[in-house]
Amino acid sequence: MSRKADLMPGTLDMMILKTLTRGPLHGYAIAQSIRQMSDEVLTVEEGSLYPALQRLLLEAWVKAEWKRTPSNRRVRVYTLTTTGRKQLGVELSRFEQMVVAIGRVMRDVEVEG
Amino acid sequence: MSAAGRWMNRLLFLFRRSRFEAELREEMEFHREQIEEELRSDGTAGPEAHRRAAVQFGNPTRLRERSHDVVAFRWETVVQDVRYAVRQMTHSPGFAITAILMLALGIGASVTIFAFVDAALLQPLPYAQPDRLMDVTESLALFPRGNLSYQDYLDWKRLNTVFTSLEVYTGSGYLLQTPEGTEAVPGVRVSAGFFRTLGVTPVEGRDFRPGEDAVSEPPVGLLSYATWQKRFGGRRDVIGRTLKLSGVPTTIVGVLPPDFQFAPRGTAEFFTTAQPTNGCEKRRSCHNLYGIGRLKDGVTVATALAEMKGIAQQLERQYPDSNRGQSASVMPLARAITGDVRPILFVLLGGAALLLLIACVNVSNLLLVRAEKRRQEMAVRGALGASRVRLARQYVTEGLVLVLVGTAAGIAVATVMMRVLHAMISKQMLAGMPYLQGMGLTSHVWGFTVTVALLAAGLFSIAPILRLPMAALRQSLSDGGRSGGSTFWRRLGANLVIVEVAIAVVLLSGAGLLSKSLWKMLHIDLGFESDHIATLSVDLPERGFEKDTQRAQFAQALLDRIQSLPGVQSVGLTTTLPVSCNCNTDWVRFVGKPYNGIHNEVNNREVSAAFFQTLRAKLVRGRLFTQSDDATHPKVVLVNESLAKKYFPGEDPIGKKIGDTELTPNSLREIVGVVSDIKDSALDAEEWPAEYEAFAQDPSSYFSVLVRTSPKPESMLPALSAAVRALNPEVGVEDQTTLEQRIHDSPSAWLHRSAAWLMGGFAGIALLLSMIGLYGTISYSVSQRKREIGVRMALGAQRATIHNMILREAGRLSCFGIVAGVGCSIAAANLMGSLLFGVRAWDIATLAAVVVLLAAASLLACYLPSRRAATVNPVEALRAE
Repeated sequence: MSRKADLMPGTLDMMILKTLTRGPLHGYAIAQSIRQMSDEVLTVEEGSLYPALQRLLLEAWVKAEWKRTPSNRRVRVYTLTTTGRKQLGVELSRFEQMVVAIGRVMRDVEVEG
Repeated sequence: MSAAGRWMNRLLFLFRRSRFEAELREEMEFHREQIEEELRSDGTAGPEAHRRAAVQFGNPTRLRERSHDVVAFRWETVVQDVRYAVRQMTHSPGFAITAILMLALGIGASVTIFAFVDAALLQPLPYAQPDRLMDVTESLALFPRGNLSYQDYLDWKRLNTVFTSLEVYTGSGYLLQTPEGTEAVPGVRVSAGFFRTLGVTPVEGRDFRPGEDAVSEPPVGLLSYATWQKRFGGRRDVIGRTLKLSGVPTTIVGVLPPDFQFAPRGTAEFFTTAQPTNGCEKRRSCHNLYGIGRLKDGVTVATALAEMKGIAQQLERQYPDSNRGQSASVMPLARAITGDVRPILFVLLGGAALLLLIACVNVSNLLLVRAEKRRQEMAVRGALGASRVRLARQYVTEGLVLVLVGTAAGIAVATVMMRVLHAMISKQMLAGMPYLQGMGLTSHVWGFTVTVALLAAGLFSIAPILRLPMAALRQSLSDGGRSGGSTFWRRLGANLVIVEVAIAVVLLSGAGLLSKSLWKMLHIDLGFESDHIATLSVDLPERGFEKDTQRAQFAQALLDRIQSLPGVQSVGLTTTLPVSCNCNTDWVRFVGKPYNGIHNEVNNREVSAAFFQTLRAKLVRGRLFTQSDDATHPKVVLVNESLAKKYFPGEDPIGKKIGDTELTPNSLREIVGVVSDIKDSALDAEEWPAEYEAFAQDPSSYFSVLVRTSPKPESMLPALSAAVRALNPEVGVEDQTTLEQRIHDSPSAWLHRSAAWLMGGFAGIALLLSMIGLYGTISYSVSQRKREIGVRMALGAQRATIHNMILREAGRLSCFGIVAGVGCSIAAANLMGSLLFGVRAWDIATLAAVVVLLAAASLLACYLPSRRAATVNPVEALRAE
């Protein structure tokens, strides 16, 4: 079993929002998308998507509706809302600041090492 | 999104809850199936794909719960926890009932006592801004709160700058002619601004006008609401009517509000203006009033006291004859009114708090033991996905449910106890404590109850949560709860038992000391035989009794009439009954002794010839009064031994003369005898020097008759009242009782008795609870050590050895508890100081008795578990592993 990379707190919400910018998706598709786009590095415990999705729904950053798949199965499809798109912007800039900051710290360590 | 929006969403969720659950389940299931399908298409075998899909998806129960937590209100899951908690309690009813009973007792006792404290100390005065009202009186070395003289009052009122108003009152009684005959009714004489100062407005009619208390004004009066209803049927036309109060025509001008109360004279029916008509109020040396002042804004009690003392000093210089040593006292009115019940209430509140503590410690101990037993359950729940917070919350919920039920039961207990205790207070005492009418579940009491309940709930949740280290989960699972608690937790339980035993010792020794005080007080040498004596008080009206001879004749006729009744052995009278107070004092001077102007204050009573024989008091020297000691003969006086010792040390007082401070010739009286001390003061007060004058030589219009009877004295009371009425129907008769009853009901006896009984009750419960705690801890320890005991026995230990081992463990706990308790009790007894009578705080006998009692009780509590330990079957104990 491959070791799961721990996510930084709050990044899961951000990644879901980012994934949804490509269009409405159901939960499994969101998980797959995150896995593929990260080259299988980020294999989160996929179920933890669902508490996160509930949170996003509660904040009205996404909305959900039930649809039928081609194989005629009921799935819940999540769509990004306007406020959700704004929120993504907020989270992205915060995330980039953090990455830059962490990057600086780590470079220092490397030089000394 | 706004908080309100989120809240709305959560609210909506409540109604769609089952749909939410189903949809989430469906969605998750779809997801898991998709993973499984993907794995299978990659070539993973069926069951393996299923397993790996589950791993990749995660624990669905926990995820659903987490999703749930996101959208639901917190209490959604709380309801689940509560349901589970209640189920837990019904599963082990023994535990639940024990815990709830203990809590009910602890909370019930403390809430009850707090209700008394609230009524008596927190809200005793139903007046406007009661904390600005001050009790203002004169003060002497002997009387820290003495009466105020009218002349001094006038000067105080004029000179002070600290009070917006300064008023006076004094207790009074009136003879009222009713259809049933003459009745003596209690009243109060007040200065005109009295009610304005209190902030009380009459509900009918008007208040006294300023200046209406001058001698030149016609006498007016106010009715208490109860009197208005009872005597005048609540009719409005009573306003303006003129009544004869003790023969004085008095116009009723108003009715006081129904909730008005005046504790210094709780039963007062009439309030009249204090016109300085009597002789006392014309003399600066005569003190008969109490003052009430309202402090000006920003003035402190200390400032007011300092100023009043300054004024008193000024008057002392101005009037050295009458005012030497007369200082001033200013204290909050509430304190003056509740002064005598304060110490007892504080002690009882302390006792109740300790009882509550013991109950809480006991319940925590039970919870600890249970948490120990539930480690496995918690480990399983943790493994199934319950988060640590969720498990902790379960304990918090269980604690809350327990406390909720316990508090509800406690309030029920308190409601009953309040009624019972209130009913146990004698009418006479109750009249002096009208503030107790407001006792009950007031907002203060509810606040107290909620605080206590929350503290208890906190304690009960923390205790088991401490026992919830997640790291130990796996170990708990694997050992299956067999080897049980670590020594640390067993020790915590044991230490709690030590605390309990110590508290029980404190309460028991407190109760012991109070009981011993009560016993000593009730068995002090009264100096007379109090059994078989009936008493009643007689109040002569002014009309027909203006002259001394008229009063003396009436008294003599009454004594003769009563003496002739069947069953009467002897009869005497006095102006102040024994066991009343160091009051009705006189300032005296002795002929031939140096006098430096300092007051020689002695108790002064006028008694009839047969007074001492009736009481069976002892004559030490000289003679008693005879029938010939009347107005036609030279004045004579008897003194008690205290007076003889204090003023005639090493001398024979017989033949010496006593007079007033000026030695006025007609005040001089010759000492003809010395009697042994009769308890004139309250039971717990120091005996003062006393002089007894012959009633016939100075007859007053108010006196008490004492009758020694052959049959039970109660049975003679109607005949005695009838005798007075037969002689003159206009004479008032009151306070018919027996001397023993009077002593029994006297405030000091009552206070000490209630303190002793209540503390005894608390101590009894505390003893029981601490023994239950000890029993529980030792039992638990034995059940945990079963395997060890089995091994010991398998290795050849004797049953007696095991028995002793357990008893030693228990003995150690109770020893520590007792030693700590004895130390604490001595400290606690010092705090009870004023309630102890004739007993020292470190009374060895009491402490020894408590130690023996507790040791015996502990032995009993440990006997059963240690016997169980000794009868452990080693084979079974070891096989159980």
